[in-house]
Amino acid sequence: MSAMTIQKALGDGAIVAKRNLIKIKRVPDLLVFSTMSPIMFILLFAYVFGSAIHVPGLSYREFLIPGIFAQTVIFGATITGAGLADDIQKGIIDRFRSLPMSRSAVLVGRTTSDVLNNVLVITIMSLTGLAVGWRIRSSVFEAAGGFLLLLLFAYAISWIMAWVGLIVPTPEVVNNASFMIIFPLTFVANTFVPTNGFPHGLRAIANWNPVSSVTQAARELFGNTSDKFPAPKDWSLQHPVLYTLAWVVLLLAVFIPLSVRQYKRAASR
Amino acid sequence: MVDVIRATGLVKTYGELRALDGLDLAVPEGTVLGVLGPNGAGKTTAVRILTTLLPADAGSAEVAGFDVARQPGKVREQIGLSGQYAAVDEYLTGYENLDMVGRLYGLGARRSRERARELLERFTLAESADRPVKTYSGGMRRRLDLAGALVAQPAVLFLDEPTTGLDPRGRTDMWEVIVELVKSGTTLLLTTQYLEEADRLADDILVIDHGRAIAQGTADELKAQVGGERVEIVVGTPADLASAQAVLAGLADGPVVVDEHTRRITAPVKGGAGVLMEALRRLDTEGVAVLDVALRRPTLDDVFLTLTGHAAEAEEQNKGKGKGRKPTTAQLEETSTR
Ligand SMILES: Nc1ncnc2c1ncn2[C@@H]1O[C@H](COP(=O)(O)OP(=O)(O)OP(=O)(O)O)[C@@H](O)[C@H]1O
Ligand SMILES: [Mg+2]
Repeated sequence: MSAMTIQKALGDGAIVAKRNLIKIKRVPDLLVFSTMSPIMFILLFAYVFGSAIHVPGLSYREFLIPGIFAQTVIFGATITGAGLADDIQKGIIDRFRSLPMSRSAVLVGRTTSDVLNNVLVITIMSLTGLAVGWRIRSSVFEAAGGFLLLLLFAYAISWIMAWVGLIVPTPEVVNNASFMIIFPLTFVANTFVPTNGFPHGLRAIANWNPVSSVTQAARELFGNTSDKFPAPKDWSLQHPVLYTLAWVVLLLAVFIPLSVRQYKRAASR
Repeated sequence: MVDVIRATGLVKTYGELRALDGLDLAVPEGTVLGVLGPNGAGKTTAVRILTTLLPADAGSAEVAGFDVARQPGKVREQIGLSGQYAAVDEYLTGYENLDMVGRLYGLGARRSRERARELLERFTLAESADRPVKTYSGGMRRRLDLAGALVAQPAVLFLDEPTTGLDPRGRTDMWEVIVELVKSGTTLLLTTQYLEEADRLADDILVIDHGRAIAQGTADELKAQVGGERVEIVVGTPADLASAQAVLAGLADGPVVVDEHTRRITAPVKGGAGVLMEALRRLDTEGVAVLDVALRRPTLDDVFLTLTGHAAEAEEQNKGKGKGRKPTTAQLEETSTR
């Protein structure tokens, strides 16, 4: 790609992203999904499970909140798929495809607006978290790194969802499919409870699940860890930032080309 | 004259179904081609191939001198498309929709804004410009969609059934808009299910069915083949069908069609109301009870009847093709004088 085409892709992507953001503002469902559900998640888990689960050397809320961050931004990334499927169904993609715009702009715009949406989500969750007693015990830089890594990971998931959204027939299918996949993915992990209580085979899966590594990385970067409760010995959790970044690179390398190719083919159904 | 749109031997198959089966067409610069056909004829498929949305399985097409398969980007710079279903964003306002399209055409922020306001004014949408499209009526959406196709003042325009779903008033308005456009030199390919519409807007009409051209010519040439008006009567009892048919055959200038199920008899005639009166007089003399009577212009059904020897729908059943097709009742407007 030449500098010109990249510039055009970004410019057109920004136009499409702006359109998606206007949409979030105008569709009450999406706005509620983005703002209310994260608050509800934090309150529910903190108060309902908070007393039942014990983490050595650490309050459960501090342990929990980075996990909820991870789960929620991953769910936030599913908007990408549902949004694209919806645009195909309504013929909007056909309109875009008949315009002399950059081939990747719709996807760039879609995934970008979903990151921005996730920024909003994570801000609201952080404020709610602070209100229920979660604290950042590291430096500003480390904390910023933690937020960035969460957003980056969600961005990579967005590209999987983009591909899913382009191959399924309706937006409902995206929603069903993503719940079927993302629920197990975010629960068979260290998001809500420590994995050392898991049955043996499940524990290995959980420890190598990138959702666990992004959560572990966030905990470390926010300073929500304790010497009395060391991370499992698996390499993935000993080097959670590196392991997460490797997944991000892998997912982007696979799903950006797959999605762009699928976009070129996607026909109105 | 140069052909701005030209397609040769286009084929598109979906499994067993040949949606396009070797379609040829040509549209000289500054003219209007009306592609006329019933549901499932392949109109949308043809438009999608010509606008680079769909690759053809065989054949080739050029728009404004560029090959649709090899230079799709160049083609897109030259064309405007308004698809069969209005592709406007419900949650954006009319203004935001057009502004976005302008920017994506690369008009720049200022020009896009101006152009959006200009078009909203021209399509009488100025008052609703800043309301989300969700609150627009079907006709307003359709107009906005057409405005979207015109943002960059394309030299070549594709309109897929631009008036389907509009009320008679909306249809007349849309026709006026299209006539204006064509005056300014735009080359237009338009699809329709209405002979009357093609007649009104197109210089040249291509009738297609099962993905193939079955006739081509000016509206007058087609009408000369199809004949003029139709007298249509419905008789009270099946017993009267035979005598009524005989009466109409005496006045008709083409084959008389009898539908026993609905007891409807249709006869192409020359001479309009005079012939209708004469028919009624003779039927009265024969003692035939007439339930309903109409004089109407030829419809797509009549075109098919004449060109293929059977109605659009019947042909499909006979050939047993069209698996998974939409029902192909060529829905026809009746300009009846009841
Ligand atoms: N994506 C698809 N998959 C399978 N069959 C298809 C697809 N698109 C079109 N067809 C079939 O191809 C044929 C031609 O369809 P097309 O949409 O071009 O018809 P049309 O002339 O535009 O009809 P209408 O007046 O109903 O819009 C139809 O039989 C249709 O069912
Ligand atoms: Mg169609």
